[in-house]
Amino acid sequence: MTEKDIIEKTKELLKDKIVAWEEKSSQRHYFTIKKTDIAFVAKHLFEKLRARFIIASGIDTPKGVEILYHFSFDREGGQVVTVKVLVPRQKCEIESIAPSIPGATWIEREIQELLGVKFLNHPDPRPLLTSEDWPEGVYPLRLDYRDAQFPEDVQKEK
Amino acid sequence: MASDKRTIIPIGPFHPLQEEPEFFELYVEGEKVVDIDVHIGYNHRAIEQIGQRMNWDQVIFLVERICGICSTSHPIANCNAQEDLAGVEIPERAKYIRSIVGELERLHSHLLWVGLAGHFLGYNTLWMWAWKYREPILEIFEHVTGNRNHYAMMRPGGVKRDIKEEDIPHLTKVLDEAERKIAMVTKAALDDPVLAARLKGVGILTQEDAIKYCAVGPTARASGVAIDVRKDDPYAAYDLVEWNIITQEAGDVFAKAVVRLLECFESVKIIRQCLDKLKKVKGDIAVKIKKMPHGEGKGHHEAPRGETFHYVRSDGSNNPVRVKVRAPTYVNLPTCKATVPGESVADAAIILAAIDPCYCCTERMMRVMDKRGGKVELDGNELVRLSQEKTRGLRKQLGL
Repeated sequence: MTEKDIIEKTKELLKDKIVAWEEKSSQRHYFTIKKTDIAFVAKHLFEKLRARFIIASGIDTPKGVEILYHFSFDREGGQVVTVKVLVPRQKCEIESIAPSIPGATWIEREIQELLGVKFLNHPDPRPLLTSEDWPEGVYPLRLDYRDAQFPEDVQKEK
Repeated sequence: MASDKRTIIPIGPFHPLQEEPEFFELYVEGEKVVDIDVHIGYNHRAIEQIGQRMNWDQVIFLVERICGICSTSHPIANCNAQEDLAGVEIPERAKYIRSIVGELERLHSHLLWVGLAGHFLGYNTLWMWAWKYREPILEIFEHVTGNRNHYAMMRPGGVKRDIKEEDIPHLTKVLDEAERKIAMVTKAALDDPVLAARLKGVGILTQEDAIKYCAVGPTARASGVAIDVRKDDPYAAYDLVEWNIITQEAGDVFAKAVVRLLECFESVKIIRQCLDKLKKVKGDIAVKIKKMPHGEGKGHHEAPRGETFHYVRSDGSNNPVRVKVRAPTYVNLPTCKATVPGESVADAAIILAAIDPCYCCTERMMRVMDKRGGKVELDGNELVRLSQEKTRGLRKQLGL
Protein backbone atom coordinates (compact mmCIF):
# COMPACT_ATOMS: atom_id res chain seq x y z
CA MET A 1 0.00 0.00 0.00
CA THR A 2 1.36 3.39 -0.88
CA GLU A 3 1.55 6.36 1.45
CA LYS A 4 -1.40 8.26 0.11
CA ASP A 5 -3.70 5.29 0.17
CA ILE A 6 -4.27 4.80 3.85
CA ILE A 7 -5.02 8.48 4.48
CA GLU A 8 -7.41 8.56 1.50
CA LYS A 9 -9.02 5.38 2.77
CA THR A 10 -9.50 6.89 6.22
CA LYS A 11 -11.14 9.98 4.73
CA GLU A 12 -13.34 7.79 2.56
CA LEU A 13 -14.46 5.47 5.36
CA LEU A 14 -15.16 8.21 7.89
CA LYS A 15 -16.35 10.96 5.55
CA ASP A 16 -19.71 11.43 7.33
CA LYS A 17 -17.97 11.85 10.68
CA ILE A 18 -15.07 14.17 9.90
CA VAL A 19 -15.79 17.78 10.79
CA ALA A 20 -12.38 19.20 9.87
CA TRP A 21 -9.13 17.68 8.58
CA GLU A 22 -5.73 19.24 9.08
CA GLU A 23 -2.62 17.94 7.35
CA LYS A 24 0.46 19.20 9.18
CA SER A 25 2.79 17.18 6.95
CA SER A 26 2.50 13.97 4.95
CA GLN A 27 3.26 11.97 8.10
CA ARG A 28 1.21 13.96 10.63
CA HIS A 29 -2.56 14.41 10.39
CA TYR A 30 -5.26 15.73 12.70
CA PHE A 31 -9.02 15.58 12.35
CA THR A 32 -11.92 16.75 14.47
CA ILE A 33 -15.11 14.76 15.03
CA LYS A 34 -18.24 15.19 17.11
CA LYS A 35 -18.14 13.82 20.66
CA THR A 36 -20.92 11.30 19.99
CA ASP A 37 -19.01 9.65 17.12
CA ILE A 38 -15.87 8.64 19.02
CA ALA A 39 -16.77 4.99 19.69
CA PHE A 40 -17.64 4.46 16.03
CA VAL A 41 -14.54 6.22 14.69
CA ALA A 42 -12.14 4.49 17.09
CA LYS A 43 -13.61 1.07 16.32
CA HIS A 44 -13.34 1.61 12.58
CA LEU A 45 -9.79 2.97 12.74
CA PHE A 46 -8.68 0.06 14.91
CA GLU A 47 -10.56 -2.82 13.32
CA LYS A 48 -11.16 -1.85 9.69
CA LEU A 49 -8.05 0.24 8.97
CA ARG A 50 -5.88 -1.68 11.47
CA ALA A 51 -4.33 1.42 12.99
CA ARG A 52 -2.45 0.99 16.25
CA PHE A 53 -3.77 3.03 19.16
CA ILE A 54 -0.78 4.92 20.58
CA ILE A 55 -2.29 6.92 23.42
CA ALA A 56 -4.88 9.55 24.21
CA SER A 57 -4.11 12.90 25.79
CA GLY A 58 -6.44 15.31 27.46
CA ILE A 59 -5.99 19.09 27.49
CA ASP A 60 -8.10 21.49 29.50
CA THR A 61 -8.88 24.53 27.34
CA PRO A 62 -11.18 27.49 27.99
CA LYS A 63 -13.76 25.90 25.68
CA GLY A 64 -13.79 22.57 27.46
CA VAL A 65 -11.66 19.47 27.81
CA GLU A 66 -10.08 18.43 24.53
CA ILE A 67 -9.25 14.76 24.12
CA LEU A 68 -6.83 13.68 21.42
CA TYR A 69 -6.67 10.06 20.37
CA HIS A 70 -3.40 9.28 18.60
CA PHE A 71 -3.30 6.41 16.12
CA SER A 72 -0.43 5.12 14.02
CA PHE A 73 -0.53 3.29 10.68
CA ASP A 74 2.70 1.45 11.31
CA ARG A 75 3.29 -0.80 8.35
CA GLU A 76 1.22 1.24 5.94
CA GLY A 77 3.47 4.27 5.95
CA GLY A 78 3.95 5.21 9.58
CA GLN A 79 1.58 8.18 9.58
CA VAL A 80 0.38 9.38 12.96
CA VAL A 81 -3.26 10.42 12.84
CA THR A 82 -4.91 12.26 15.72
CA VAL A 83 -8.65 12.29 16.36
CA LYS A 84 -9.76 15.43 18.23
CA VAL A 85 -12.87 15.61 20.38
CA LEU A 86 -14.08 18.49 22.53
CA VAL A 87 -15.94 17.57 25.71
CA PRO A 88 -17.86 20.50 27.26
CA ARG A 89 -17.25 21.08 30.96
CA GLN A 90 -20.94 21.15 31.93
CA LYS A 91 -21.57 17.59 30.81
CA CYS A 92 -18.09 16.18 31.07
CA GLU A 93 -18.59 12.67 29.74
CA ILE A 94 -17.78 10.70 26.64
CA GLU A 95 -18.23 7.16 25.35
CA SER A 96 -15.31 4.87 26.24
CA ILE A 97 -13.28 3.27 23.44
CA ALA A 98 -11.83 0.60 25.75
CA PRO A 99 -14.51 -2.01 24.93
CA SER A 100 -13.20 -2.18 21.34
CA ILE A 101 -9.55 -1.27 22.12
CA PRO A 102 -8.32 -2.94 25.35
CA GLY A 103 -5.06 -0.97 25.06
CA ALA A 104 -7.00 2.21 25.88
CA THR A 105 -8.17 1.00 29.30
CA TRP A 106 -5.39 2.59 31.35
CA ILE A 107 -5.24 5.96 29.67
CA GLU A 108 -8.99 6.47 30.01
CA ARG A 109 -8.71 5.73 33.71
CA GLU A 110 -5.88 8.26 33.92
CA ILE A 111 -7.76 11.00 32.06
CA GLN A 112 -10.80 10.32 34.23
CA GLU A 113 -8.94 11.08 37.44
CA LEU A 114 -6.61 13.82 36.21
CA LEU A 115 -9.09 15.79 34.09
CA GLY A 116 -12.46 14.70 35.39
CA VAL A 117 -13.86 13.33 32.14
CA LYS A 118 -16.27 10.51 32.78
CA PHE A 119 -15.97 7.58 30.36
CA LEU A 120 -19.29 5.86 29.80
CA ASN A 121 -19.36 2.05 29.60
CA HIS A 122 -15.71 1.77 30.64
CA PRO A 123 -14.95 -1.84 31.64
CA ASP A 124 -12.86 -0.91 34.70
CA PRO A 125 -13.34 2.72 35.81
CA ARG A 126 -11.22 2.65 39.01
CA PRO A 127 -8.59 5.37 39.57
CA LEU A 128 -5.16 4.46 38.18
CA LEU A 129 -2.60 6.87 39.60
CA THR A 130 -4.06 8.85 42.49
CA SER A 131 -3.93 7.56 46.05
CA GLU A 132 -6.99 6.25 47.87
CA ASP A 133 -7.40 9.42 49.95
CA TRP A 134 -7.33 11.79 46.97
CA PRO A 135 -10.37 14.10 47.38
CA GLU A 136 -13.24 13.71 44.96
CA GLY A 137 -13.78 16.39 42.37
CA VAL A 138 -10.16 17.63 42.42
CA TYR A 139 -8.57 17.27 39.01
CA PRO A 140 -4.86 18.18 38.85
CA LEU A 141 -4.64 18.85 35.12
CA ARG A 142 -7.60 21.27 35.04
CA LEU A 143 -6.80 24.93 34.47
CA ASP A 144 -8.47 25.97 37.73
CA TYR A 145 -6.46 23.52 39.83
CA ARG A 146 -4.55 25.08 42.74
CA ASP A 147 -2.12 23.46 45.18
CA ALA A 148 -4.46 24.51 48.03
CA GLN A 149 -6.71 21.68 46.99
CA PHE A 150 -4.17 19.09 48.08
CA PRO A 151 -5.33 16.67 50.75
CA GLU A 152 -4.53 17.93 54.23
CA ASP A 153 -1.83 15.40 55.09
CA VAL A 154 0.10 16.23 51.93
CA GLN A 155 -0.03 19.91 52.90
CA LYS A 156 1.44 19.19 56.31
CA GLU A 157 4.34 17.28 54.85
CA LYS A 158 5.26 20.12 52.53
CA MET B 1 -12.77 -13.07 43.18
CA ALA B 2 -15.20 -14.73 45.54
CA SER B 3 -13.84 -18.26 45.33
CA ASP B 4 -12.59 -19.59 48.68
CA LYS B 5 -9.74 -21.45 47.04
CA ARG B 6 -8.20 -18.24 45.79
CA THR B 7 -5.32 -16.58 47.53
CA ILE B 8 -4.02 -13.14 46.70
CA ILE B 9 -0.28 -12.77 46.34
CA PRO B 10 0.61 -9.11 46.51
CA ILE B 11 3.87 -8.28 44.74
CA GLY B 12 4.86 -4.76 45.58
CA PRO B 13 4.65 -1.83 45.90
CA PHE B 14 8.42 -2.30 46.06
CA HIS B 15 9.76 -4.88 43.65
CA PRO B 16 12.87 -6.48 45.14
CA LEU B 17 14.78 -6.63 41.88
CA GLN B 18 13.64 -3.70 39.80
CA GLU B 19 13.69 -1.37 42.78
CA GLU B 20 10.86 0.67 41.41
CA PRO B 21 7.41 0.92 42.93
CA GLU B 22 4.57 -0.98 41.35
CA PHE B 23 2.00 -3.32 42.78
CA PHE B 24 0.83 -6.61 41.29
CA GLU B 25 -1.96 -8.63 42.80
CA LEU B 26 -1.73 -12.25 41.72
CA TYR B 27 -4.85 -14.30 42.32
CA VAL B 28 -3.73 -17.89 42.73
CA GLU B 29 -5.39 -21.23 43.16
CA GLY B 30 -2.76 -23.58 44.50
CA GLU B 31 0.29 -23.14 42.28
CA LYS B 32 -1.62 -21.64 39.40
CA VAL B 33 -2.19 -17.93 38.77
CA VAL B 34 -5.78 -17.36 37.68
CA ASP B 35 -5.95 -13.59 37.51
CA ILE B 36 -3.73 -10.55 37.90
CA ASP B 37 -4.30 -6.92 38.71
CA VAL B 38 -1.76 -4.11 38.42
CA HIS B 39 -1.68 -0.92 40.46
CA ILE B 40 0.61 1.94 39.52
CA GLY B 41 0.95 5.52 40.65
CA TYR B 42 3.36 5.06 43.56
CA ASN B 43 5.97 7.09 41.77
CA HIS B 44 3.89 9.64 39.91
CA ARG B 45 6.00 12.78 39.60
CA ALA B 46 3.62 14.95 37.61
CA ILE B 47 6.24 15.38 34.88
CA GLU B 48 3.58 16.39 32.36
CA GLN B 49 2.37 19.18 34.61
CA ILE B 50 5.87 20.37 35.53
CA GLY B 51 6.64 20.45 31.80
CA GLN B 52 3.93 23.05 31.28
CA ARG B 53 5.75 25.47 33.59
CA MET B 54 9.11 25.19 31.85
CA ASN B 55 10.43 26.63 28.63
CA TRP B 56 11.09 24.52 25.55
CA ASP B 57 14.77 23.89 26.24
CA GLN B 58 14.18 22.97 29.86
CA VAL B 59 11.58 20.40 28.84
CA ILE B 60 14.32 18.35 27.18
CA PHE B 61 16.25 18.23 30.48
CA LEU B 62 13.08 17.37 32.34
CA VAL B 63 12.09 14.44 30.13
CA GLU B 64 15.64 13.12 30.23
CA ARG B 65 15.09 12.61 33.94
CA ILE B 66 11.98 10.48 33.47
CA CYS B 67 14.06 7.34 33.24
CA GLY B 68 17.58 6.35 34.21
CA ILE B 69 17.99 3.43 31.80
CA CYS B 70 16.50 4.72 28.57
CA SER B 71 17.45 8.28 29.39
CA THR B 72 18.02 9.38 25.80
CA SER B 73 14.81 7.98 24.35
CA HIS B 74 12.57 10.62 25.90
CA PRO B 75 14.75 13.54 24.73
CA ILE B 76 14.89 12.10 21.19
CA ALA B 77 11.11 11.66 21.10
CA ASN B 78 10.57 15.15 22.52
CA CYS B 79 13.02 16.71 20.08
CA ASN B 80 11.20 14.93 17.25
CA ALA B 81 7.94 16.41 18.51
CA GLN B 82 9.36 19.93 18.86
CA GLU B 83 10.97 19.74 15.42
CA ASP B 84 7.68 18.55 13.96
CA LEU B 85 5.98 21.52 15.61
CA ALA B 86 8.55 24.02 14.35
CA GLY B 87 8.90 22.33 10.96
CA VAL B 88 12.67 22.04 11.27
CA GLU B 89 14.95 19.52 9.56
CA ILE B 90 18.11 18.72 11.54
CA PRO B 91 21.59 18.65 9.88
CA GLU B 92 22.78 15.30 8.51
CA ARG B 93 25.69 15.03 10.92
CA ALA B 94 23.32 15.48 13.86
CA LYS B 95 21.16 12.68 12.49
CA TYR B 96 24.05 10.20 12.61
CA ILE B 97 25.05 11.26 16.12
CA ARG B 98 21.45 10.86 17.32
CA SER B 99 21.28 7.35 15.93
CA ILE B 100 24.62 6.41 17.48
CA VAL B 101 23.53 7.54 20.94
CA GLY B 102 20.13 5.87 20.54
CA GLU B 103 21.63 2.54 19.51
CA LEU B 104 24.36 2.54 22.16
CA GLU B 105 21.57 2.95 24.65
CA ARG B 106 19.69 -0.01 23.18
CA LEU B 107 22.84 -2.12 23.56
CA HIS B 108 23.35 -1.33 27.22
CA SER B 109 19.65 -1.60 28.02
CA HIS B 110 19.25 -5.01 26.37
CA LEU B 111 22.35 -6.32 28.13
CA LEU B 112 20.96 -5.05 31.42
CA TRP B 113 17.75 -6.97 30.78
CA VAL B 114 19.57 -10.18 29.83
CA GLY B 115 21.49 -9.94 33.08
CA LEU B 116 18.39 -9.35 35.17
CA ALA B 117 16.54 -12.19 33.45
CA GLY B 118 19.47 -14.46 34.20
CA HIS B 119 19.38 -13.50 37.84
CA PHE B 120 15.62 -14.08 38.06
CA LEU B 121 16.18 -17.60 36.79
CA GLY B 122 19.07 -18.39 39.09
CA TYR B 123 21.63 -18.01 36.30
CA ASN B 124 23.94 -15.65 38.04
CA THR B 125 26.80 -16.37 35.66
CA LEU B 126 24.76 -14.97 32.79
CA TRP B 127 23.93 -11.95 34.93
CA MET B 128 27.58 -11.24 35.70
CA TRP B 129 28.68 -11.76 32.11
CA ALA B 130 26.01 -9.52 30.66
CA TRP B 131 26.72 -6.74 33.13
CA LYS B 132 30.44 -7.08 32.70
CA TYR B 133 30.20 -6.60 28.94
CA ARG B 134 27.75 -3.73 29.40
CA GLU B 135 30.46 -1.81 31.21
CA PRO B 136 32.61 -0.93 28.14
CA ILE B 137 29.48 0.50 26.49
CA LEU B 138 28.88 2.77 29.45
CA GLU B 139 32.53 3.78 29.19
CA ILE B 140 32.01 4.76 25.55
CA PHE B 141 29.14 6.90 26.75
CA GLU B 142 31.34 8.61 29.29
CA HIS B 143 33.99 9.16 26.65
CA VAL B 144 31.61 10.56 24.03
CA THR B 145 29.04 12.44 26.09
CA GLY B 146 30.75 13.03 29.42
CA ASN B 147 28.31 10.91 31.39
CA ARG B 148 27.60 7.22 31.85
CA ASN B 149 23.93 8.08 32.01
CA HIS B 150 21.77 11.16 31.40
CA TYR B 151 23.92 12.09 28.45
CA ALA B 152 22.26 15.45 27.69
CA MET B 153 23.16 15.01 24.02
CA MET B 154 19.87 16.08 22.46
CA ARG B 155 18.56 19.56 21.81
CA PRO B 156 15.70 20.71 19.64
CA GLY B 157 17.26 21.22 16.22
CA GLY B 158 20.19 18.82 16.58
CA VAL B 159 22.66 17.54 19.16
CA LYS B 160 24.72 19.29 21.82
CA ARG B 161 28.12 17.66 21.38
CA ASP B 162 30.01 16.47 18.37
CA ILE B 163 31.81 13.13 18.11
CA LYS B 164 35.45 13.93 17.37
CA GLU B 165 37.18 12.29 14.43
CA GLU B 166 40.07 11.08 16.60
CA ASP B 167 37.66 9.25 18.92
CA ILE B 168 36.20 7.09 16.17
CA PRO B 169 38.97 4.42 16.03
CA HIS B 170 38.68 3.91 19.78
CA LEU B 171 34.89 3.61 19.57
CA THR B 172 35.16 1.07 16.75
CA LYS B 173 37.62 -0.99 18.76
CA VAL B 174 35.39 -1.11 21.85
CA LEU B 175 32.41 -1.92 19.63
CA ASP B 176 34.21 -4.85 17.94
CA GLU B 177 35.14 -6.25 21.31
CA ALA B 178 31.60 -5.77 22.64
CA GLU B 179 30.13 -7.52 19.60
CA ARG B 180 32.35 -10.57 20.14
CA LYS B 181 31.33 -10.77 23.78
CA ILE B 182 27.63 -10.31 23.04
CA ALA B 183 27.91 -13.09 20.46
CA MET B 184 29.37 -15.33 23.14
CA VAL B 185 26.64 -14.48 25.66
CA THR B 186 23.96 -14.97 22.99
CA LYS B 187 25.28 -18.39 22.04
CA ALA B 188 25.62 -19.45 25.66
CA ALA B 189 22.10 -18.30 26.52
CA LEU B 190 20.26 -19.56 23.45
CA ASP B 191 21.96 -22.97 23.31
CA ASP B 192 21.40 -23.71 26.97
CA PRO B 193 18.97 -26.64 27.32
CA VAL B 194 17.85 -25.58 30.80
CA LEU B 195 17.02 -22.04 29.74
CA ALA B 196 15.10 -23.39 26.75
CA ALA B 197 13.15 -25.79 28.96
CA ARG B 198 12.45 -23.03 31.43
CA LEU B 199 11.40 -20.29 29.00
CA LYS B 200 9.94 -21.90 25.88
CA GLY B 201 6.17 -21.93 25.90
CA VAL B 202 6.03 -19.80 29.06
CA GLY B 203 3.96 -16.62 29.20
CA ILE B 204 2.81 -16.69 25.59
CA LEU B 205 1.48 -13.44 24.17
CA THR B 206 -0.42 -14.28 21.00
CA GLN B 207 -0.21 -12.01 17.98
CA GLU B 208 -3.89 -11.23 18.38
CA ASP B 209 -3.42 -10.14 22.01
CA ALA B 210 -0.35 -8.09 21.15
CA ILE B 211 -2.41 -6.12 18.65
CA LYS B 212 -5.40 -5.88 21.00
CA TYR B 213 -3.32 -4.47 23.85
CA CYS B 214 -1.43 -2.21 21.40
CA ALA B 215 1.91 -3.65 22.58
CA VAL B 216 5.11 -2.15 21.17
CA GLY B 217 8.82 -2.90 20.88
CA PRO B 218 10.38 -6.31 21.54
CA THR B 219 7.19 -7.40 23.32
CA ALA B 220 5.22 -7.00 20.08
CA ARG B 221 8.02 -8.15 17.78
CA ALA B 222 8.41 -11.42 19.72
CA SER B 223 4.74 -12.11 18.96
CA GLY B 224 5.18 -11.67 15.22
CA VAL B 225 4.02 -8.03 14.99
CA ALA B 226 6.74 -6.48 12.85
CA ILE B 227 6.45 -2.88 13.99
CA ASP B 228 9.41 -0.62 14.59
CA VAL B 229 9.18 3.15 14.49
CA ARG B 230 12.72 3.36 13.12
CA LYS B 231 11.56 1.57 9.94
CA ASP B 232 7.90 2.64 9.77
CA ASP B 233 8.29 6.38 10.31
CA PRO B 234 12.05 6.99 9.96
CA TYR B 235 13.76 9.82 11.82
CA ALA B 236 17.42 10.54 12.65
CA ALA B 237 19.62 8.38 10.39
CA TYR B 238 17.61 5.18 10.44
CA ASP B 239 16.62 5.43 6.78
CA LEU B 240 20.21 6.22 5.75
CA VAL B 241 21.75 2.96 6.99
CA GLU B 242 21.11 -0.74 6.43
CA TRP B 243 19.55 -2.85 9.16
CA ASN B 244 16.74 -5.35 9.78
CA ILE B 245 13.75 -5.68 12.07
CA ILE B 246 14.06 -8.77 14.26
CA THR B 247 10.85 -10.71 14.80
CA GLN B 248 9.91 -14.03 16.35
CA GLU B 249 6.63 -15.88 16.09
CA ALA B 250 6.38 -17.78 19.37
CA GLY B 251 5.47 -14.91 21.71
CA ASP B 252 6.89 -16.65 24.79
CA VAL B 253 9.60 -15.40 27.15
CA PHE B 254 12.27 -17.20 25.12
CA ALA B 255 11.20 -15.37 21.94
CA LYS B 256 11.45 -12.03 23.75
CA ALA B 257 14.97 -12.91 24.86
CA VAL B 258 15.93 -13.92 21.29
CA VAL B 259 14.57 -10.66 19.89
CA ARG B 260 16.54 -8.58 22.39
CA LEU B 261 19.78 -10.48 21.91
CA LEU B 262 19.63 -10.40 18.12
CA GLU B 263 18.69 -6.72 18.14
CA CYS B 264 22.04 -6.01 19.80
CA PHE B 265 23.79 -7.08 16.59
CA GLU B 266 21.56 -4.83 14.48
CA SER B 267 22.44 -1.95 16.80
CA VAL B 268 26.15 -2.63 16.38
CA LYS B 269 25.60 -2.67 12.61
CA ILE B 270 23.82 0.70 12.73
CA ILE B 271 26.48 2.32 14.94
CA ARG B 272 29.30 1.08 12.72
CA GLN B 273 27.71 2.52 9.57
CA CYS B 274 26.96 5.81 11.33
CA LEU B 275 30.55 6.13 12.56
CA ASP B 276 31.73 5.50 9.00
CA LYS B 277 29.45 8.19 7.65
CA LEU B 278 30.61 10.65 10.32
CA LYS B 279 34.06 10.58 8.73
CA LYS B 280 32.59 11.90 5.47
CA VAL B 281 29.67 14.08 6.53
CA LYS B 282 30.88 17.37 7.95
CA GLY B 283 29.02 20.49 8.94
CA ASP B 284 26.84 21.82 11.72
CA ILE B 285 25.46 19.62 14.44
CA ALA B 286 22.43 21.79 15.17
CA VAL B 287 20.16 24.42 13.71
CA LYS B 288 18.70 27.13 15.84
CA ILE B 289 14.97 27.24 16.44
CA LYS B 290 14.30 30.92 17.00
CA LYS B 291 10.66 30.83 17.94
CA MET B 292 8.15 28.09 18.56
CA PRO B 293 5.12 28.70 16.35
CA HIS B 294 1.54 28.21 17.39
CA GLY B 295 0.46 24.62 16.87
CA GLU B 296 1.01 20.99 17.71
CA GLY B 297 3.76 18.43 17.26
CA LYS B 298 4.04 14.66 17.57
CA GLY B 299 7.24 12.70 17.81
CA HIS B 300 8.23 9.16 18.59
CA HIS B 301 11.36 7.12 19.05
CA GLU B 302 11.93 3.39 19.21
CA ALA B 303 13.34 3.09 22.73
CA PRO B 304 14.88 -0.23 23.87
CA ARG B 305 11.50 -1.21 25.30
CA GLY B 306 9.35 0.02 22.42
CA GLU B 307 7.89 3.20 21.03
CA THR B 308 8.16 6.30 23.20
CA PHE B 309 5.60 8.88 22.11
CA HIS B 310 5.56 12.61 22.86
CA TYR B 311 2.92 15.17 22.01
CA VAL B 312 3.46 18.90 22.49
CA ARG B 313 1.19 21.89 21.99
CA SER B 314 2.32 25.48 21.77
CA ASP B 315 0.45 28.76 21.94
CA GLY B 316 3.41 30.60 20.46
CA SER B 317 4.86 31.53 23.85
CA ASN B 318 8.01 30.34 25.57
CA ASN B 319 6.28 27.50 27.42
CA PRO B 320 4.43 24.49 26.11
CA VAL B 321 0.70 24.37 26.78
CA ARG B 322 0.80 20.60 27.04
CA VAL B 323 3.48 17.92 27.05
CA LYS B 324 2.15 14.39 26.84
CA VAL B 325 4.52 11.50 27.42
CA ARG B 326 3.71 7.88 26.67
CA ALA B 327 6.39 5.40 27.66
CA PRO B 328 6.41 1.89 26.15
CA THR B 329 5.76 0.10 29.44
CA TYR B 330 2.42 1.90 29.71
CA VAL B 331 1.02 -0.26 26.92
CA ASN B 332 3.25 -3.32 27.41
CA LEU B 333 2.48 -3.88 31.06
CA PRO B 334 -1.28 -4.49 30.66
CA THR B 335 -0.40 -7.48 28.43
CA CYS B 336 0.34 -9.36 31.67
CA LYS B 337 -3.43 -9.86 31.83
CA ALA B 338 -3.02 -12.08 28.79
CA THR B 339 0.28 -13.76 29.66
CA VAL B 340 0.34 -14.48 33.40
CA PRO B 341 -3.03 -16.21 34.11
CA GLY B 342 -2.68 -19.95 33.65
CA GLU B 343 1.00 -20.00 34.57
CA SER B 344 2.56 -21.13 37.85
CA VAL B 345 3.68 -18.77 40.61
CA ALA B 346 7.31 -19.70 39.99
CA ASP B 347 7.02 -18.45 36.41
CA ALA B 348 5.21 -15.21 37.23
CA ALA B 349 8.39 -13.32 38.14
CA ILE B 350 10.11 -13.98 34.80
CA ILE B 351 6.96 -13.35 32.73
CA LEU B 352 6.46 -9.98 34.40
CA ALA B 353 10.13 -9.22 33.84
CA ALA B 354 9.97 -10.35 30.20
CA ILE B 355 8.43 -7.11 28.94
CA ASP B 356 11.42 -5.31 30.49
CA PRO B 357 9.17 -3.08 32.55
CA CYS B 358 10.35 0.40 33.38
CA TYR B 359 8.14 1.73 36.12
CA CYS B 360 9.61 5.16 36.50
CA CYS B 361 8.71 5.68 32.86
CA THR B 362 5.19 4.46 33.38
CA GLU B 363 4.80 6.18 36.26
CA ARG B 364 7.98 -3.01 46.02
CA MET B 365 8.48 -5.55 48.55
CA MET B 366 6.99 -8.90 47.50
CA ARG B 367 4.93 -10.88 49.94
CA VAL B 368 2.65 -13.87 49.81
CA MET B 369 -0.14 -13.53 52.34
CA ASP B 370 -2.70 -15.94 53.65
CA LYS B 371 -5.92 -14.27 52.52
CA ARG B 372 -7.96 -15.08 55.61
CA GLY B 373 -5.39 -14.70 58.35
CA GLY B 374 -3.38 -11.96 56.67
CA LYS B 375 -0.23 -13.79 57.72
CA VAL B 376 2.88 -13.21 55.66
CA GLU B 377 4.01 -16.52 54.20
CA LEU B 378 6.52 -15.63 51.51
CA ASP B 379 8.33 -12.39 50.85
CA GLY B 380 9.92 -11.14 47.66
CA ASN B 381 13.15 -12.99 48.11
CA GLU B 382 11.16 -16.15 48.63
CA LEU B 383 9.45 -15.71 45.26
CA VAL B 384 12.78 -15.26 43.52
CA ARG B 385 14.06 -18.31 45.41
CA LEU B 386 11.04 -20.30 44.14
CA SER B 387 11.89 -19.26 40.58
CA GLN B 388 15.56 -20.14 40.99
CA GLU B 389 14.70 -23.50 42.57
CA LYS B 390 12.57 -24.41 39.59
CA THR B 391 15.56 -23.88 37.30
CA ARG B 392 17.76 -26.02 39.56
CA GLY B 393 15.14 -28.77 39.50
CA LEU B 394 15.01 -28.66 35.73
CA ARG B 395 18.76 -28.80 35.50
CA LYS B 396 18.78 -31.95 37.63
CA GLN B 397 16.03 -33.52 35.53
CA LEU B 398 18.00 -32.91 32.39
CA GLY B 399 21.02 -34.45 34.09
CA LEU B 400 23.25 -31.39 33.88
